[in-house]
Amino acid sequence: MKDILQQLEDRRAEARLGGGEKRIDAQHSKGKLTARERIELLLDEGSFEEYDMFITHRCTDFGMADSKPSGDGVITGWGTVNGRLIYVFSQDFTVLGGSVSETHAQKICKIMDMAMENGAPVIGMNDSGGARIQEGVASLAAYGEIFQRNIEASGVIPQISLIMGPCAGGAVYSPAMTDFIFMVKDSSYMFVTGPDVVKTVTNEVVTAEELGGASTHTKKSSVADAAFEDDVQAISEVRRLIDFLPLSNREKPPVRPFYDTPDRIETSLDTLVPDNPNTPYDMKELIEKVADEGDFYEIQENFAKNIITGFIRLEGQTVGVVANQPMVLAGVLDIDSSRKAARFVRFCDCFEIPILTLVDVPGFLPGTKQEYDGVIKHGAKLLFAYGEATVPKVTVITRKAYGGAYVVMASKHLRADVNYAWPTSEVAVMGAKGATEILYRSELGDTAKIAQRTKDYEDRFANPFVAAERGFIDEVIQPQSTRKRVCKAFAMLRRKKRSMPWKKHDNIPL
Amino acid sequence: MFKKILIANRGEIACRVIKTARKMGIATVAIYSDADRNALHVQMADEAVHIGPAPANESYIVIDKVMAAIKQTGAEAVHPGYGFLSENKKFAQALEAAGVAFIGPPAGAIEAMGDKITSKKLAQEAGVSTVPGYMGLIEDAEEAVKISNEIGYPVMIKASAGGGGKGMRIAWNDDEAREGFQSSKNEAANSFGDDRIFIEKFVTQPRHIEIQVLADGHGNCIYLGERECSIQRRNQKVIEEAPSPFLDEATRKSMGEQAVALAQAVNYTSAGTVEFIVDGNRNFYFLEMNTRLQVEHPVTELITGVDLVEQMIRVAAGKKLPLTQKDVTLTGWAMESRLYAEDPYRNFLPSIGRLTRYRPPAEVAAGPLVKNGKWHGDAATGETATRNDTGVYEGGEISMYYDPMIAKLCTWAPTRPDSIEAMRHALDGFELEGIGHNLPFLSAVMDHPKFVSGDMTTAFIAEEYPEGFEGVTLPEDQMRRVVAAATAMYRVSEIRRTRVSGRMDNHERVVGNHWVARMGETEWPVTITADHDGATIRFADGQDMRVTSDWRPGTMLAKLMVDGSPLTLKVAKIPQGFRVRTRGADFKLFIRSPRQAELARLMPEKLPPDTSRLLLCPMPGLMVKLSVEEGQEVQEGQALCTVEAMKMENILRAERKGIVAKINAAAGDSLAVDDVIMEFE
Repeated sequence: MKDILQQLEDRRAEARLGGGEKRIDAQHSKGKLTARERIELLLDEGSFEEYDMFITHRCTDFGMADSKPSGDGVITGWGTVNGRLIYVFSQDFTVLGGSVSETHAQKICKIMDMAMENGAPVIGMNDSGGARIQEGVASLAAYGEIFQRNIEASGVIPQISLIMGPCAGGAVYSPAMTDFIFMVKDSSYMFVTGPDVVKTVTNEVVTAEELGGASTHTKKSSVADAAFEDDVQAISEVRRLIDFLPLSNREKPPVRPFYDTPDRIETSLDTLVPDNPNTPYDMKELIEKVADEGDFYEIQENFAKNIITGFIRLEGQTVGVVANQPMVLAGVLDIDSSRKAARFVRFCDCFEIPILTLVDVPGFLPGTKQEYDGVIKHGAKLLFAYGEATVPKVTVITRKAYGGAYVVMASKHLRADVNYAWPTSEVAVMGAKGATEILYRSELGDTAKIAQRTKDYEDRFANPFVAAERGFIDEVIQPQSTRKRVCKAFAMLRRKKRSMPWKKHDNIPL
Repeated sequence: MFKKILIANRGEIACRVIKTARKMGIATVAIYSDADRNALHVQMADEAVHIGPAPANESYIVIDKVMAAIKQTGAEAVHPGYGFLSENKKFAQALEAAGVAFIGPPAGAIEAMGDKITSKKLAQEAGVSTVPGYMGLIEDAEEAVKISNEIGYPVMIKASAGGGGKGMRIAWNDDEAREGFQSSKNEAANSFGDDRIFIEKFVTQPRHIEIQVLADGHGNCIYLGERECSIQRRNQKVIEEAPSPFLDEATRKSMGEQAVALAQAVNYTSAGTVEFIVDGNRNFYFLEMNTRLQVEHPVTELITGVDLVEQMIRVAAGKKLPLTQKDVTLTGWAMESRLYAEDPYRNFLPSIGRLTRYRPPAEVAAGPLVKNGKWHGDAATGETATRNDTGVYEGGEISMYYDPMIAKLCTWAPTRPDSIEAMRHALDGFELEGIGHNLPFLSAVMDHPKFVSGDMTTAFIAEEYPEGFEGVTLPEDQMRRVVAAATAMYRVSEIRRTRVSGRMDNHERVVGNHWVARMGETEWPVTITADHDGATIRFADGQDMRVTSDWRPGTMLAKLMVDGSPLTLKVAKIPQGFRVRTRGADFKLFIRSPRQAELARLMPEKLPPDTSRLLLCPMPGLMVKLSVEEGQEVQEGQALCTVEAMKMENILRAERKGIVAKINAAAGDSLAVDDVIMEFE
C-alpha cells in the first residue's frame, strides 16, 4: 500500500513539474508565471481541486510517442474566489508550448461542461503556441469542440479569458467568444495571422506587439477589455471582477456588505455641470460619487472613451453603468461607442445585472466616415440592446439628451423603469442653435433676429420640463441627491419581472 | 457702528471678513465676477452684486463698478481685503468723495507707502533702517543693467506697485537683470496696471520678519508682535508663523517701535504691516509697508487674541483701540500653511480645475482668541487650535483668473513644537483632490529638521529643494507605523470580500494572518493577531505594533492609533494594496500573502516611458511665444517657449543640449498638461 501511495505522489510531483525546471525558469525569465502559479493566485488559498492531471495525448506521429507529459499542457479544475465556485483552465506553456491537442481540449471541455451544469463561471488563462500541428485535423476538431461550448455557455455562465502569452490563429476565437478578455502588457499577444504571414501576404512589416499586443487590442481593436501590468496584477483584478459577477444566469448578481450610506448627499454634484453648455466635465466623477465607496470597475477604459462602461455596487449589489463622457468628443455616440456600450448592456442583461445609464449626449457623430462604416447599423445595436434588456434600468440625464441619441440612451420609450433628469438637462430634438437655423432659415442673415429665435427655443426646450410634462422623465432631481434617488429606484426594482415575446432568438443588427 | 459693509474682494479673505462682520451684527455685501458666480463668498454674504467678466481688471479692480455696487446696496463702508483695490489711493479717494468709509488707512498713507520708492524715503526720515538701492524710476533694460552694476549683484528687481511675489525678480548678472526687468515690467502691467520698476540690493541669508501695527484715528498706534515669513518660494510666502523663533525681546521691541514710528509718520490708521529683512546678526532693514490686512494675519490673531478685522472695522467707524501697547501679550505659537493650487512635483506650476474633493480638517478653537471671546465660527474648543480660512468648497472651481491660493490652514498650540505637530496632523487630514496642490510639500517642510529647529532664511526652499520637490521618503520607524496600519486595514478589506453572497457552504475563504507589505524594493513580512479592539502587528524582528481604528473599507481618510499615537493616512485602493499619502509621502504599498509576495517578486519591473526627448507642457495654459524653430540647435537652459498660466509667464527651458526635431504647438494654442510641445532628436 505504501508503495502505491508513494507512486501516486511521485506521479503527481512529476505532473506538477510540467515542462521541467529549465522551461519553468525560461517562463519566469519572460516575466511570466507558470500555469500552476497562476491558478494559485487566482483561487483562494488551498481551494484548487485539479482534474485530469494524468491525461496524456494519444498521438504517435512525428515522434510524439516519445513525449507524453502528464496533463498534456493544460491544468484544469475548480476552486473558489472569495468562497464562490469558479472553474478554471490554465495552459502550460512549458509543456509542448501549451499547444492544443485533442486531449488538451477534452480537459477544457470537461470543466466547461461541469461549469454549465453546476452554474459557475469559467476562467481561461491562455498561454499557448496554438494547435498541435503533429495532430493535424484532430487538433482543429478539438478547437471546434471548445468553440461550440463557448457558444452554448454564452449568456449562461460568465466566461473570462486572460491572455498571458501567445494566442494566435484559430485559438483566438475561443477567447473572442467569451465575455471578457484581459491581456498582460508586454507578454501577451493575439492575432489571427502572425507578423510573418502578414509580411508574406500583404508585404506589411509589423511587430507582434504592434499587430496584437495589449495596447493594440485595448485601444485600437477593442478585442480586449483591459490590459494589466503583469500576471500578478491581472489575476488580482480578475478576482476583483469576479466579485461583481453572478455565477450564472440562474442567479441574481452578488451582494456583499457595504460601508457606505445609500442616502449619502454629494453637494459637489450640484456644480458638476458647468454653466457653459459647451464646457466638458468628467462623468467619471458622477459615477464614483454615486457608487458604493467610490468603487468602479471600468470595462474598455481605453477604447471609445466617449462612452464609459463598467461595474459599480449600489447598496452592495452589482450595477452596470453606461455613461456618455462629455470630456471626449462631447460624449457623442458613434460606431465605436455604440458597439462598446451595446455589448456591455447585453452582458448585463444576460446576467440579470441592473443598468444605470448616465446621459449627456449631443447626438450621433456626423460625417462620411461614420456613414460609410455603417453607423446606422452599429448605432442600432445600442438601441436594440437597451430595448431588449429586461433588467432594472434607471436613467439619469445630466445635461444634453438630443435627438435620436436621447431615445437610444435608455429612454422611457425603450422601457427604462425610472428616468430622472437633473435641472440642467436639455431634452430636445437638437441644440437651440441648430434648431433655429433649420426652423428660421430665411432669417439667417439677421443675426439679432436669429439670436432672439435661439433664445426663444432655449427657453422653451433647453430644460427637462417639456419631457417631464409628458411623463418621459419621472422626476427632476437635485444632482446632490443622485445616489439616494438611484439607490432607492434600484431597491424598488429588485423584484422586477418583465419578459419579451417568445422567439428563437432576436435578430440584432450585427 | 456700520449697518452694512461691502467687501471689495473675493476668495478666502472675503469670507474671512464676512465672518467677523456677521459676528459684529453687520450686514455684508459681496461682489463677484462671472467666474465667481457660485463662489463661497457670494453664498456667505447677505447680498451679492455682479460686477463684470472674470479678469480682475474688468471686474474686481474697476473702481467705477465697485462704486456702483456700493451705491446700489447702500453699504456704509468697504473692506478691501488684500490685493485688488486694497492699496489703491484712487479707490480710497473715490470712497471719501462718496462719503463711504474705507476700512483701511487714509489715502495719504496708502499713497506714501504704496510706492516703494517714496516709502523708503519716508522710512529713512522716520529713523527706520533701510536697504541700499536705487530709488528713481528705470526706463529700460539697459538702464536696469547699469543700475544693477552700481548697486552690485545680486539685486532685486521689483514692481513699484507689486506684492505677493508678482513682478519680482532676483538677478545675479547682466543677462538676468535684463530679462528680469522685462518680465517684471510685463507682469506688473498685467497685474497692477502700473509697470514702474525699481532695483535694490539683495540681502543674502535674510529672514523675512514683519511687524503688525494697528492704529486708530485718535492718535493711538500699537504693534502686535511679529510674523516670521521666511519660508517663501520665489518671494511668495508659503509658511508663516508667530512669533518668530529668531527674535529676542530687544529686537522685537526696537522693530516694533520703528514700525510704529513709521505708521505715525504717515498718520496711519487701521491695520498695517511693516516688513523687514533680518540678517543673521539680527540687523533688520525696512522692506516695505503693506497698508492693508495681510494674508498671514491669522497667526497674529491666534497669539494675541485680537480680531484684526474687527479692529479695522471699529477704527473705520471712528472708535478708539480698546487696548494699549502694554495690553499686548504674545501667547503660544501659531503656524500658517498656505495651500496653493500648485503642483509641487511639477516645479510648483499652477494647476486649475475642479475640486472634486475638498474636506479640510475640523476647526478646533483654542488659545487667546477663545479667551477673549474673539474666535469666529463655531468650532469646538480643544487643547490646540486648528483654523482654516478658505474661499472654496467641494465641487468649486479653481480658475486661471486669480491667485492660486486655496486655503490658509493655521494651528495654534502653547509651544512651537506642539504647533508644528498639530499642523502635521491637520495637513494629513486635509482631503483635496482634483487639482495639483502643495499639501505634500507643506507636510515635508513641517518634518524638515532645519524648519523644526527654526533655522531658516528666505532661501530655505531654494537651498533645501534645489532640484524641486520629489516627495518624501518616510524613515523606517514611520514606515513601520504605516505598514502596521495598512496591513490591518487590508486584512479588514479582504475579510469583507469573503462575505459576498453565493459562497459554497463550508468552503469559505479563510483570510490569513501572515502578510508581506512591499514598497518599491523593500518588504516587511508581518503577522497579524486581531481581536475585538484592534490588531497587533508583529514584524520579522519581533517588534509589535498595536493598531486600533474604526476604519472601514472605502473610507479615503484613515484615522488610526498606532502604538498609542495618532496616524492619519489618505488611502486609495489599488490592486493588492493601497496608494498611501501621509506626511508628504505618496507611494504604493502592496500587501500580499507570503505566496503572492513570492510570485510577485518574479514579475519584471516596468519603467515608465522615456519622455526625456520630449518637451511636455507642464500645466494647462496658453502658448504665448515659441523661441526656437525646428532644426535649431539649443543649449542647456536656453528658453524654448513661453506658456502663460494663472497670469504668470513661464519660460520653458532646454534641460540639455539638443536639436529641435519637431514643434507641435503654435503661439496662441491652448495646451493641456502633458501635451507634447516639442520633440528633440
